[in-house]
Amino acid sequence: MHTFAYERPATLPEVVALLGRHGTDARLLAGGTDLIIRLRDGTLHPGVVIDLKRVAELCPAIREEDGRLAIGATTVMTDIAADPRVRRDFMALAEAAAVVGSVQIRNRATLGGNICNASPAADTAPPLLVYGAEVVAAGPGGSRRIPIADFFVRSGQTTLEPGELVTAIELPLPRRRMGAVHVRRSRRRGHDLASVTLCCGVDEAGWTRLAYGSVGPRPVLAVDESGMLADPDAPEAARAEILERLFTDASPSPRSMRASPAYRLAMLRTLGARALRTAIQRLAEE
Amino acid sequence: MNEIETIAIELTVNGRRRALKVAPHHTLLDVLRDDLELTGTKECCLVGECGACTVIVDGRTVDSCLMLAVEADGAAVTTVEGLAIDGRLSPLQAAFLDKGAAQCGFCIPGQLMSAHALLALNPHPTLAEVQEGLAGNLCRCAGYQQISEAVLATAEGADR
Repeated sequence: MHTFAYERPATLPEVVALLGRHGTDARLLAGGTDLIIRLRDGTLHPGVVIDLKRVAELCPAIREEDGRLAIGATTVMTDIAADPRVRRDFMALAEAAAVVGSVQIRNRATLGGNICNASPAADTAPPLLVYGAEVVAAGPGGSRRIPIADFFVRSGQTTLEPGELVTAIELPLPRRRMGAVHVRRSRRRGHDLASVTLCCGVDEAGWTRLAYGSVGPRPVLAVDESGMLADPDAPEAARAEILERLFTDASPSPRSMRASPAYRLAMLRTLGARALRTAIQRLAEE
Repeated sequence: MNEIETIAIELTVNGRRRALKVAPHHTLLDVLRDDLELTGTKECCLVGECGACTVIVDGRTVDSCLMLAVEADGAAVTTVEGLAIDGRLSPLQAAFLDKGAAQCGFCIPGQLMSAHALLALNPHPTLAEVQEGLAGNLCRCAGYQQISEAVLATAEGADR
């Protein structure tokens, strides 16, 4: 591995100052499960690595405040999957966090890292889209909120400005009852990246929110407000047509190793229909 | 060639306080094997797929190839060398021997660390929970059945 200078700031202003000073020569280190691989294989060779894990303002914590559940950027998947508040109101996020990598990876990989890495296959992205999460970013100009639907651009690229970092991910506490589920397809059970990763949520007002990843350059959110999808008694043909429309933004790459576009699109439809049924069932059981 | 700047860290490894200077780009795996000569922890895929380098840091398993040594500053680390009790194999290690879980043996230190952490968290796992708990540890001899049996036997033996 190429050597670099290591910085371990204790406060957020120190991080922002370091980012300002080093610009693109700096890389942020949270869980390291992606970064260290890329430092070793030479695709990244920063002069400075800034370790965020001891920054007080980013401390790995899940807090309820002002009608939101705020998840600190450096909170690891293991803690998200096990948190009772996440499991109560955002079950699909807990399910997604529980299938990222292996136990060893989940003990290190952070929610902030998962979204900032902006992999199209990021498993936490679909539930965050379904739950309408906001990304809290800090930079030289202060703090701002970015709706998660405006956050992902393409693999490795987000709408964060240079000098900005994610400090937390916030989920609005549900005002309407919702049933939601995360499902994925991978080549093998256990430790693998998703060939399709998907979340479906149905709420009591009849809205269906469907988000999916690993079938295009970035995770996609599609919404049906007609109430037809959420209604299991609505005509089957009409429901199938609406569901099909929610898949129109899928554009899987023919160059990916994990699965062919045809397979991904077929599995997207299968998983989408299955997740819709489970979401309706969960709403009924709420 | 420029001399690489080192950083002073302190950590506890298998119950023993260690103070050392590490290069920022050296991983915990590098430092355990090369500086502390604890070569039970194995280097293999270096991308967090195989789990051969699994160690326990502050009670949780990590792939030590994906953690910088400087990140372990202040941490308590347990490696496979720390499992034995008073120079005798732990019940988990003994069960691995008893069930013939080790074939070539290369993955076993990592398997043991994952199994040890799993049993600490969940003393009576089901077979499915053992398989999920050890999904981050690959065995190219495919000795998964014996490995799972050893973990389940350890859980059962702990009741007696």
